[in-house]
Amino acid sequence: MFRRASLLLLLSACLGFSSLALAQTSSSAPAAAQAPVTQAQIAALEQSVRTTQAATAAAQSAADNAWMLVSAALVLLMTGPGLALFYGGLVRKKNILGTMMQSFAMMGLVTILWAVVGYSLAFGHGNAFIGGFEHVFLRGVGLAPNTDYAPTIPEQTYMIYQLMFAIITPALITGAFAERMKFSAMAVFLSLWSLLVYSPMAHMVWGVGGFLNATGGHIPSLDFAGGTVVHITSGVSALVTCIYLGKRIGYPHLNMPPHSMVLSFIGACLLWVGWFGFNAGSALGSGPLATSAFINTHFAAAAAALGWTIAEWIHNGKPTALGAISGAVAGLVAITPASGYVQPFSALAIGLIAGVFCSFMVFAVKSRLRYDDSLDAFGVHGAGGTLGALLTGLFATGAINAAFGKNANGSPLPTGAMDGHWSQMLNQLAGVGLAWGISIVGTLVLLFAVDKVIGLRVSPEEESVGLDLSQHGEEGYDLNS
Amino acid sequence: MLKIEAVLQPSKLDAVKDALLDAGIEGMTILEARGHGRQKGHTEFYRGREYTVDLLPKVKIEIVVTDELKEKAIQAIIGAARTGRIGDGKIFVSRVEEAIRIRNDERGETAL
Repeated sequence: MFRRASLLLLLSACLGFSSLALAQTSSSAPAAAQAPVTQAQIAALEQSVRTTQAATAAAQSAADNAWMLVSAALVLLMTGPGLALFYGGLVRKKNILGTMMQSFAMMGLVTILWAVVGYSLAFGHGNAFIGGFEHVFLRGVGLAPNTDYAPTIPEQTYMIYQLMFAIITPALITGAFAERMKFSAMAVFLSLWSLLVYSPMAHMVWGVGGFLNATGGHIPSLDFAGGTVVHITSGVSALVTCIYLGKRIGYPHLNMPPHSMVLSFIGACLLWVGWFGFNAGSALGSGPLATSAFINTHFAAAAAALGWTIAEWIHNGKPTALGAISGAVAGLVAITPASGYVQPFSALAIGLIAGVFCSFMVFAVKSRLRYDDSLDAFGVHGAGGTLGALLTGLFATGAINAAFGKNANGSPLPTGAMDGHWSQMLNQLAGVGLAWGISIVGTLVLLFAVDKVIGLRVSPEEESVGLDLSQHGEEGYDLNS
Repeated sequence: MLKIEAVLQPSKLDAVKDALLDAGIEGMTILEARGHGRQKGHTEFYRGREYTVDLLPKVKIEIVVTDELKEKAIQAIIGAARTGRIGDGKIFVSRVEEAIRIRNDERGETAL
């Protein structure tokens, strides 16, 4: 694409120079035509410039689309097998398949729902809180760009990219009710959750006219890749669910260590790499903003892993693998809303703070308050997401991303406290509050409804024998066969 | 015929096996087991909480020998497995009623 563009540029330059040369020779001839350049030559030049411009735009579009498709794939990888392995390794052996199936079920169910009505509710035109039905069955979502969202890529690319976010968000909640929820109830609960909580929240933050939209929202809030939409909603819903469902049988006096830290480790690393698609892909293009987000993502993960590890080393005397990988995930969560708004060293700071803070949430707060958030979905995603959203308000700078536009001189308007715009912290708080609110209310309503109709929790015998056998009639490991 | 069961530290398996072979005892059954005597477990961490793992990995060797080989077998095992610390393990001896070779129906001491 670029080669073709530069060839055309060269061609038009040659045309230009040759017509000038012709002009020189013709003016030196005694009684030749006066106009150095003919109309035909101008028209030809204009045509080649137009062609070049179109080629350049097509080249940029192609680059953006390529990166966005890769990012969509990376985000899906985060769910399957990233999250499936990460969570799977943390549960007891008898529940490995049950746990993985919960993530996998989301890959299937949410896809259908998104195509039918989820995308429309999130990104269609509606009011400040929810989109409408203009795009049910993906009507009107074609290969032409939707200039409201991403002007250089087909809207279908945007749709499929956003779908991967819609898939992983409910999958994150499964960490809270691990080892004790019925597969059927989970499928219904999380499907409804994605329509009742996720789509509205996505609309509010990213949808046209959304209440919290950074561009023109009633309370513009900065959430680059989904700190509120994905992590706060899933984390807080996780907390509500685990309290509603109650503790696992035997918790906390029975020890339930991970059955395979190896699987969890692999899952966590897949999450780290996949997160490049999650954050850098939220630039919706392959330009310098994607680079910023990519770097911030990586820096935060590294700093947070270190933060949690050091905190744990001091607290317990030994740095555990589980602590290190949890730290990395906490950093990735916290940087999610900030990734496209902050400078690299701010990302390091955000990561470090998140690593220490989330470790404290998991070690001290969880045991003190005694809720069984089995896989720390709230401790890492809920708490990390809340922290990240607030730190975004602190560290965001227009120098990285002129999210609020530019002034008359062309310099970026202040975005976060780093630019002196301290009131942004209040906006961030509003976003956080709304996310908490919709999550708590939406989740409680759904839990209550599904519990009454289907029943949420497995029976004590089923819980004892394990989800693999009781829900799926399978064994995860049959090493003697 | 006597059955000798030895519960050992897993790290001593190879040494004991070799010692038994040197003593002329070739048939043995080896089981992976977990357990403890007076040995305390080790501590592990999960999410910042310390807990004790009581059931420690062990190895169990079972051999059936003629009465004459009893002391030689026991000394072979002890020689290879003893470190002098708690956790070395235990040996149990019991009487065996019958031994049969499946391949050719041999019975008694010739089947060993």
